[in-house]
Amino acid sequence: MTEYIVFAVSCILVNNILLAQFLGNCPFLGTSKKMETAIGMAMAVIFVLVMAGAITWATDIYILKRFDLEFLRTIAFILVIASLVQFVEMFLKKSIPALYTGLGIFLPLITTNCAVLGVCIINVQEEFTFVKALVSSFAYAAGFGLALVLFAGLRERILLARVPKPLQDTSIGLVTAGLIALAFFAFKGMA
Amino acid sequence: MVEAILLMLGLGAVCGSILSIASKVFYVYEDPRISQVEGSLAGANCGGCGFAGCSSAAEAVVKGKALPNVCIVAGSESAAAVAAIMGLDAGTAEPLKSTNTCEGGLRAADKYVYNGIDSCNALVNFYGGKRICTIGCLGLGDCIKACTFDAIHMGSNGFPVVDEDKCVGCGACQKACPKDIIKISTMSDKLLDFNKMDDALSPCAQTCPAEIDISKYISQIKFGDYAGAVSTIRERNPLLLSCGRVCPHPCETKCRRGIEDEPVSINQLKRFIADFEMNNGKRIPIKCAQPTGKKVAVIGGGPAGLSCAYFLRRLGHDVTIFDMMPKLGGMIRYGIPEYRLPKKVLEWEIEGILNLGIKTQMNVRLGTDFDIESLVASGYDSIFLGIGAWKDYKLGAEGENLKGCYTGIDFLTKFALNQQGDSPVPTVIGKKCAVIGGGNTAIDCVRTLKRLGAEEVYIVYRRTRKEMPANLVEIEAAEHEGIKFVFLAAPVKVHGDENGNVKQLEYITMKLGEPDASGRRRPVPVEGSETFIELDMIISAIGQGPDISFKKEGSRLADLTTTRWNTIGAVNPETLQSNIPYIFSAGDAYTGASLVVEAIGGGRRAARSIHLYLTGKEIEPVPNSLYKKYIPESIFKSVDGIKKNPRTPMPELPVEERIKSFEESDLVITEKDALNEANRCLTCCRICYNKDL
Ligand code: SF4
Ligand code: SF4
Repeated sequence: MTEYIVFAVSCILVNNILLAQFLGNCPFLGTSKKMETAIGMAMAVIFVLVMAGAITWATDIYILKRFDLEFLRTIAFILVIASLVQFVEMFLKKSIPALYTGLGIFLPLITTNCAVLGVCIINVQEEFTFVKALVSSFAYAAGFGLALVLFAGLRERILLARVPKPLQDTSIGLVTAGLIALAFFAFKGMA
Repeated sequence: MVEAILLMLGLGAVCGSILSIASKVFYVYEDPRISQVEGSLAGANCGGCGFAGCSSAAEAVVKGKALPNVCIVAGSESAAAVAAIMGLDAGTAEPLKSTNTCEGGLRAADKYVYNGIDSCNALVNFYGGKRICTIGCLGLGDCIKACTFDAIHMGSNGFPVVDEDKCVGCGACQKACPKDIIKISTMSDKLLDFNKMDDALSPCAQTCPAEIDISKYISQIKFGDYAGAVSTIRERNPLLLSCGRVCPHPCETKCRRGIEDEPVSINQLKRFIADFEMNNGKRIPIKCAQPTGKKVAVIGGGPAGLSCAYFLRRLGHDVTIFDMMPKLGGMIRYGIPEYRLPKKVLEWEIEGILNLGIKTQMNVRLGTDFDIESLVASGYDSIFLGIGAWKDYKLGAEGENLKGCYTGIDFLTKFALNQQGDSPVPTVIGKKCAVIGGGNTAIDCVRTLKRLGAEEVYIVYRRTRKEMPANLVEIEAAEHEGIKFVFLAAPVKVHGDENGNVKQLEYITMKLGEPDASGRRRPVPVEGSETFIELDMIISAIGQGPDISFKKEGSRLADLTTTRWNTIGAVNPETLQSNIPYIFSAGDAYTGASLVVEAIGGGRRAARSIHLYLTGKEIEPVPNSLYKKYIPESIFKSVDGIKKNPRTPMPELPVEERIKSFEESDLVITEKDALNEANRCLTCCRICYNKDL
């Protein structure tokens, strides 16, 4: 149990997918202007990533590994994740319309989110067990959400500050992201 | 390699089949209009509309949560297509644009010290947005930060300025503004906007019966944006050339500058800018909304009818004007003489209005050549009655039917018809003429008589000069032109000679008694003061009312409510709807003889009601309406910081010259004077104004 907790903490803080591995930067910058949006995106990522983690793990073990076709991972995973998102969308629309409207545009946005693909690939490259892959998917997604929410909070404050014209909006966003990444670097000591 | 291909194909096939099965299993009924609407959007999925992609936007439109112009990329054609799919009126398809209604900000002395976060919303949360002006812009620019299209910037006066070309109407600024100052609206919304209690209005704009944004057009003149000034006036008043000449400018009486100095010469500025457009020869384009397919008949082509037709046409309706005279213009053509409003000026103005695509039917009279039944049968959805006040009141004195006796409107109309070449009958005048009455018609008659060569011209009025209802400038002009005034005189009898021609007017001297219902002191006759004037022509111009002879037994109009002054009654003075729901009225036909600008304002008010009627909406007065009232906080007792500077006098033709012809007698001010006069304006709003230091 402790092993899993330590592992989860390392995924959330030490190896944060956004701030330590620099994956998924476009949604990070794109959906962090408002807290509301950031929370929506974080929820959607957690939801999809856990499912994608499970399915891609199974795809890898039962199909790709069996036929020695690991080199097809990236392309196969893209296909699987995209179909999964589509499927989830249809399912939610019919069965849980409230959640569907709540997630709104974020669900389809995830199709092109490299953080999701990245985590799925890490899961299989590191040869995690199924349970560990699930924990890792959840923890990485939570780390993504944490960074996104922190960043959104900062950006809401920055909006009210006097930022020199050339630095406004995305530029100051990138600078801030870099600084948070530096701060997260300190977690390396925990490893 | 083969395995890899097979595997990918297999994986694809599995995913595809699962998805297609899922799409059957999880099928959700969707309104077919959603996909139709989606097909009309740009398909860019940019989210600029505030919805999650085009399909969400389409869904929102179908659910009525967004307007057809939701797509900020696809433009007005897409909006019209969407409106058509949704069966909505075209007005909702017009592009939305943002406007800043408060142009104040840092001008007022009511600025307070604030060092908190640079945000209007923060300020409102912190201080409740308090400042002396209840509506004023806080000027910290939350709207500017909210706009992702860079369409708003901070102007040099410290208030946000919208760049219409860049604005896509997404409404982000409106949502960000905690004081409801930045608003997005369509052209139609703006045309239908009436003064409200909580608007940012200067005292002059509150007084103008046409509700023109006076301080805005004057400041446009000040900054050299003449075309902008024309459009600002025309947003509320399509007859700027005529109004600039004949309006008695009630707005100037409430001009804030007049409290300490002399009022700004608002109407001369209007005339200057209107003449600028005409003399320039290039008409400033006027936009109209998409056609709505509704037909409206406007009966009467005077100022009320023209104004109503103009606004209805701009709102997208199909309008036809019916008029009994050979040419359009009504009283401003046939009642106002050439020297005050030259016919070629009027012609140019009317042509501009008709160019919008308004149809006309001339020389047809309601009740004789057509009636309401025939209009309804030919598919008109609504009718505007702007029949004016063409019937002179009778004098009620013995002998008023003798040869040489005329009534004012009759005289002016016959003369105008002949002067324009529409009638071969020349106007015969006497040598010694008297006009009875003290209104503008009476003055128009005497000044016309003078120009036609009458040797002696009198005005006989039963009160004093102070009580004369005519415009002061007109009275003064008549005095300069040598008209003789006989005050406190009430005609008793017209005496004729043996041939039945007018010979003498007998009148009795009056003295002023207690004020009557109109607030003016009632004249009472002085016993035994009968006096005679030798005359050979008498015109009575003691007032006019509408001719309602069309109200024949058995016709639909027989049920139309009319007042005891023969004016048309309205259910509510602000909606101008008559007791017959599809008939509306304004102008002299509704108010009795009144100002041109009053008729223009009324025409627009009626156009709003007709538009509501045609689009199936409730016809109610404007919520929170200001209607002829004042915003109390905007009326000051004193105004600081005024450096005295006299107002620009009106240039006019010298008296000797002007009484010889019908040349326009009042002239337009020069550009230099106009700029000087515009600089006298304090650019007021509710409570702020520019100090003139
Ligand atoms: S935020 Fe306002 S000004 Fe900017 S594009 Fe949207 S509606 Fe126009
Ligand atoms: S000073 Fe200008 S804005 Fe103020 S009331 Fe007079 S005309 Fe209107």
